[in-house]
Amino acid sequence: MGWLIFAVVAWIVGWMLNVWLARRPPSRLTGLASPIVFGITLIAVWEGVVNGFEINQVLLPAPSVIAVRFASSTAILWVDFVQTVLKGALSGYIIGCGSAFLIAVAIDRFPFLQRGLLPVGNFVAALPVIGMAPILVMWFGFDWQSKAAVVVVMVFFPMLVNTVQGLQSTDAMQRDLMRTYAAGYWKTLLKLRLPAAMPFVFNGLKIGTTLALIGAIVAEFFGSPVKGMGFRISTSVGQLALDLVWAEIVVAAIVGSAFYGLMALVEKRVTFWHPSQRN
Amino acid sequence: MRRSVVPVLSVVGFLLVMWYAAAVWLNAPWAYDKATRSGEVLTTSTLVADTWSQEKPKLPAPHQVGKEIWKTTVEKKITSKRSLIYHSWVTLSATLLGFVMGTGLGILLAVGIVYNRTMDMSVMPWVIASQTIPILAIAPMIIVVLNAVGISGLLPKAMISMYLSFFPVVVGMVKGLRSPDQMQLDQMRTWFASKSQTFWKLRLPASMPYLFTSLKIGMAASLVGAIVGELPTGAVAGLGARLLAGSYYGQTIQIWSALLMAAALAASLVGIIGIIQRVTLKRMGMA
Repeated sequence: MGWLIFAVVAWIVGWMLNVWLARRPPSRLTGLASPIVFGITLIAVWEGVVNGFEINQVLLPAPSVIAVRFASSTAILWVDFVQTVLKGALSGYIIGCGSAFLIAVAIDRFPFLQRGLLPVGNFVAALPVIGMAPILVMWFGFDWQSKAAVVVVMVFFPMLVNTVQGLQSTDAMQRDLMRTYAAGYWKTLLKLRLPAAMPFVFNGLKIGTTLALIGAIVAEFFGSPVKGMGFRISTSVGQLALDLVWAEIVVAAIVGSAFYGLMALVEKRVTFWHPSQRN
Repeated sequence: MRRSVVPVLSVVGFLLVMWYAAAVWLNAPWAYDKATRSGEVLTTSTLVADTWSQEKPKLPAPHQVGKEIWKTTVEKKITSKRSLIYHSWVTLSATLLGFVMGTGLGILLAVGIVYNRTMDMSVMPWVIASQTIPILAIAPMIIVVLNAVGISGLLPKAMISMYLSFFPVVVGMVKGLRSPDQMQLDQMRTWFASKSQTFWKLRLPASMPYLFTSLKIGMAASLVGAIVGELPTGAVAGLGARLLAGSYYGQTIQIWSALLMAAALAASLVGIIGIIQRVTLKRMGMA
């Protein structure tokens, strides 16, 4: 009973605090504090409800249990992190985004290819590409190469479509100005069109961060060596060791947010001139 | 639109040619292997013919996949466990249920965020952060846990679809509900419109184009969720189960046909939303 009261009180206190924060004049501090308070409230309510209703720890572990498990199995988590994120996701992300970018620049010179590839690219970007995972695992084997291949396929088309669109985003006036400067194709590309395409490119890069992690983890469901986050999740679910699964999810959440945040930070530096980055 | 027909067709044609070529290249080692064991000598034409008609090729040729799809959709009864239409229906029902739940949740959250400053400041950042978390990774756990509580069948898969599809709807609807500019809002005020009137007559109609764009993204995401949700259920039914079973037994043709079926499903679902969008927006005088 005590835990349930704790959960209710935590919710009320958290919400009141946020209402108070929202009434204050908006500033960086309140903008940052508000979601943090909300998050802590949620965790407190979770802890209270799990203990209060005595929910089986096998089904839904309390946050404190997950934290203990996380701290005690950092070695396993690190091995899985290296296998899935560094080897699988990151290498696939770099190859996929890099090649999509180069191909986009290449087909940008040919309007025929643009008109043909953009609809096809948009179509493929909406398909359940993740279904390619079993095929690619068959082709490239169980180790990280197949995971990287899945990631390449997943991030390629969103990146391609975004870059092609970005390269088209300059208007006639700007291109005419470059022509009056007697700038050739390469100079126009480097000084005008690539910088103008950057907001779109970063949009593709940011979409790709989550896709890369999802691709690498789901591909491991179809076969992997005895390490990796996807492997650990699927086997631990089988053993009903859900605290370890949640620990892996915490890692995935941290990595996903950090990856996305890093891209957003670089975007802020590169596209400081864009209206959406100026307040 | 018509301008792009020829380029699109030539790109698709090029992809098909590449597919056939890749089939020859990838399946050739197996064909050579077989030939040396039986002591035959392969000419180019027999090699090509063999690579395009293997039982378990590394990459099946398009016509093999087409034949398999034809065999499992038209020639099988719909109720049969081997009918691809049956499996598609299993996946589709979970997709649609999750999509409806996700859209409802998304619209409610968006209205809350637009009208309540506290929610805007505390919940909105978490909505965005929730998408940087690779949610599909916990699909197996959601399914096992819900199974243990006694919920099985359609709902666990639909929950995953819901989680994936609510995000685009929230973001799009928040943008859409805020899209009326100050002038329009002031106009409503001069008419002495109440808060609910402003919502129903100005904000909601103005958000429609944004809603439809998000619905398309949400639908595609929802299908992915349903397919991945089927992976850990032990390969019973559904397109995801076909993928998994195919990968266990090396039935590449089966994998490819399930994959193409999923692609067709995604394309037609998104297409249907596109048609509804065009009709609705035309009726509202927005397109």
